[in-house]
Amino acid sequence: MSFSSSFPAGGGEQPSASSPLSRPASLQRRWPWSLALAIPPQQWWHYGLRVASVVGCVLLWQWASSTHLNLGLITFQNVPAPKEVAQAGWALLQSPKLVSHLSASLYRVFSGFIVAALAGIVLGMLIGRLSWLADVLLPPLELLRPIPAVAWIPLAILMFPSSEISMIYITFIGALFPILLNTIHGVEGVDARLIASARSLGSGRRAIFTEVILPAAAPSIVTGLSIGMGTAWFCLVTAEMIAGQFGIGYYTWASYTIQNYADIIVGMLFIGIMGMGSSALIKKLGNLLMPWYLLQR
Amino acid sequence: MTQPQFGQIDIDGLHIQLGEANRRFEALQDVSIHMAPGELVCVLGPSGCGKSTLLGALAGHLTPSSGSVRVDGVAVAGPHPDRGLVFQHHTLFPWQRVLDNVAFGLKMKGIARRERHRQAHEMLQLVGLQDFAHSYPAHLSGGMQQRVEIARVLINHPRVMLMDEPFGALDAQTRLKMQELLLAVWARINTTILFITHDIDEALFLADRILVMSPRPGRIIEEIRIDFARPRGPELVTSPRFTELKRHCLALLHPATRVVPLQRLTPLGAPSLTDIHFAI
Repeated sequence: MSFSSSFPAGGGEQPSASSPLSRPASLQRRWPWSLALAIPPQQWWHYGLRVASVVGCVLLWQWASSTHLNLGLITFQNVPAPKEVAQAGWALLQSPKLVSHLSASLYRVFSGFIVAALAGIVLGMLIGRLSWLADVLLPPLELLRPIPAVAWIPLAILMFPSSEISMIYITFIGALFPILLNTIHGVEGVDARLIASARSLGSGRRAIFTEVILPAAAPSIVTGLSIGMGTAWFCLVTAEMIAGQFGIGYYTWASYTIQNYADIIVGMLFIGIMGMGSSALIKKLGNLLMPWYLLQR
Repeated sequence: MTQPQFGQIDIDGLHIQLGEANRRFEALQDVSIHMAPGELVCVLGPSGCGKSTLLGALAGHLTPSSGSVRVDGVAVAGPHPDRGLVFQHHTLFPWQRVLDNVAFGLKMKGIARRERHRQAHEMLQLVGLQDFAHSYPAHLSGGMQQRVEIARVLINHPRVMLMDEPFGALDAQTRLKMQELLLAVWARINTTILFITHDIDEALFLADRILVMSPRPGRIIEEIRIDFARPRGPELVTSPRFTELKRHCLALLHPATRVVPLQRLTPLGAPSLTDIHFAI
């Protein structure tokens, strides 16, 4: 199918994300309290470079904001310095508001994501195997797919009884398509010989699905879940900015309206950390469930 | 060696057409084969002659256009564990350890985990891989993977074992070892084996009988009885009788007239049909 090329098959992870996983299991387990020991000496250079890169970015930011750098097109006049942001971040960490904002966002993201994962995997497996179902379901889905989740916000508010449910719906829509398409892609890529072998070994219809197609498509499904987790956060934050009363996206937008500029960046950083953590969680779960997959690369 | 009861193959007037609409071609033309239980028959033929198609029909993955395919008097209708299939490249499940791969057929029969693992260990012992039960297939060499594949098929106690150039992708040394292993295993379990190959030495070394096929449309053009004593050892391949038979096979496979090489076929049909949706 035409869209399958736009999504990486199984192995499309970033090298930086997958390299810690290729370390021996004995070293992995010690992470993070003896991180330096866990990194083999020949890789110190790479890790040093990565840390230096982050430090460099922060220094650049410090310089631009403290000198009120004005490049005409873009200005750092109102951008708070790293130090102010760190102070604001520290203040937020100690305030009870943080837990309510984060838990509201996490609840929405995971509600939408879990429903999207279930729907995407089940539908994707069926669409990938049954050509008549693909004919019935794919045309409307293909029509809905290019509509950005943000464009759903007005209609979602009209359709659902509470803004809470409409925000969960937005995250659901955002996560659904990457999961669905990667699942279809994975199912279509299953080696026909594996299915033939399973049938010759006595597998019936259902066993073919559970014993062959699901595990064979699993790497692709995990890629879809990982991308879907990213888009879920993306969509949630947008929805919260418009319709929310709590949540980390709402916090970021509210900080702008009440002119707490340092808090804007604190909110942004929290969004980044939460999104990164959620994606790492998916990858970690994927690797736990598919220890065989790392061997093949 | 006791004479087995099951595994009689009767193929009569088999025709198989492959390909879509106007590109349809006859892969097999009027093939008739009769095999006694416990017999080891090699089908020898050039690439694309339809020998794998024949195997696919026996396995139940391809439907005959006309003619009949019967095992122990029962017409073949779809795949069944009684007819085990071994491909050229292994089809082990990469997500299962060797032990679970071998035990897969028993799992499909609903046999409890402990019992199927016990039997799988036995089967691995038979093919000499008892030490690799807990490895993943990716950790094994090509020859070991094929041994696991054979164990996985044998655990179902098939009436016939269908082998599609199972050692074709292995290096020469490993191939010889695998051929000896197959004969040793066959001497113990004595199932009917239909073995497809384009390697004359392999066919002569293994078979009770060789069926030589012509290029497309595939027909059986000669039947050769191989009466070398068993057990057979590597010294056989240098005997004068072996050389004589080999010369005869070469003449059959490489006639004076130049033949255009044909597209390879598989037990699942033509390669362009590899993405077919099975009727599951």
